[in-house]
Amino acid sequence: VFKRFVEIGRVAFISFGRHAGKLVAIVDVIDQNRALVDGPCTGVRRQAMPFKCMQLTDFVIKFPHSARQKCVRRAWEKENINEKWAATRWAKKIEAREKKAKMTDFDRYKVMKAKRMRNRIIKHEIKKLQKKTTKKVKKTEKKEK
Amino acid sequence: MAGEKKAGEKKAGEKKAGEKKPAQKKAEEKKPADKKPVEKKAGQKKVREKKPKKYHASRNPVLARGIGRYSRSAMYARKALYKRKYTAPETKIEKKKKEKPRATIIKPVGGDKNGGSRVVKVRKMPRYYPTEDVPRKLLSHGKKPFSQHKRRLRASITPGTVLILLTGRHRGKRVVFLKQLGTGLLLVTGPLAINRVPLRRAHQKFVIATSTKVDISGVKIPKHLTDAYFKKKKLRKPKHQEGEIFDTEKEKYELTEQRKTDQKAVDSQILARIKKVPQLRGYLRSTFCLSNGVYPHKLVF
Repeated sequence: VFKRFVEIGRVAFISFGRHAGKLVAIVDVIDQNRALVDGPCTGVRRQAMPFKCMQLTDFVIKFPHSARQKCVRRAWEKENINEKWAATRWAKKIEAREKKAKMTDFDRYKVMKAKRMRNRIIKHEIKKLQKKTTKKVKKTEKKEK
Repeated sequence: MAGEKKAGEKKAGEKKAGEKKPAQKKAEEKKPADKKPVEKKAGQKKVREKKPKKYHASRNPVLARGIGRYSRSAMYARKALYKRKYTAPETKIEKKKKEKPRATIIKPVGGDKNGGSRVVKVRKMPRYYPTEDVPRKLLSHGKKPFSQHKRRLRASITPGTVLILLTGRHRGKRVVFLKQLGTGLLLVTGPLAINRVPLRRAHQKFVIATSTKVDISGVKIPKHLTDAYFKKKKLRKPKHQEGEIFDTEKEKYELTEQRKTDQKAVDSQILARIKKVPQLRGYLRSTFCLSNGVYPHKLVF
């Protein structure tokens, strides 16, 4: 049922707050609501952070609990978390959303034209296939007769 | 010494040769630094004409702060202001003012035994004085007429920007901005071949500035395209005819040849630059519209 757990080394995505949009590694658990968190390669200082603003990712890195920042950084870079994250669909969706929001009027026009072109090509292919099947059906009907 | 002086004078100012002797003497009388001009003359003959002025210290010793030893009249004498009276050079305006217009004119008069001419005043006294004078208007400050208003232009609007017109018969059309005119309105063109918007004025407030810019750096816009050129013409003859009062002269706008040539001149330059940017022509042909889920405050233009 649950696949991602809060554990030492779990990489989490911060959804809101000052560090919204950044990745951190959970270094230690403070109490029921907070964790000691560190993001040496993503620009987040070692600090306490409530679980509520964290969203767990699939990545876990190995380091002992309460390890210092140098160790966290080493483990992070060893696993190449930044690149792996950029390759996930999650990160790509975020990027796409950002790009869409930044679109200027001219960009929107270009996108509209590109979409229209694409849809026309798709429809064209569909129509071609449809024609083929109707032809086949007609042929088989004729044979039966 | 005398010999040197003469030689120096000849070299320094041939024009002022005659004047320099007495002038120099006066300078020596007035200014305590007597020897300096002579010394300088020996060394630098040309600099003598541009010697820096030496001002005398205060001739009014201070008794206490704010109180001098001598009175105003005594100071006048001490400073020899009776000798130093300067007038400002006569300005052109003053020169013009000196020419007084004629006060009377001699006009011929007809009729027999009338003397032939009369001396008539050019500007006569008023024939009527109102019982109540017009009350003086209170002083006002900073109320300028429209022609002197400060014209502002939004930073997002620069020559070559694509604007979206929001009002008028061309609403929704995307248009290229050329320049701001004297009254503050924006000169804008379709170009005509792309979206049927001619050279036209648009109001800054009723326009969305997009971030798309066309490079108009070398385009020369004819100088006669001013507000007067674009102003609407009204022709109405004061003769009323009972039957057709409301028939105005110019109901329909007529396209003049000059407008056509100006349009061509400007558009030919701009079209060339538009063609360089891919898809820009199609973009200018399209119109702007809102649809479901599109919120202007969230759009980035």
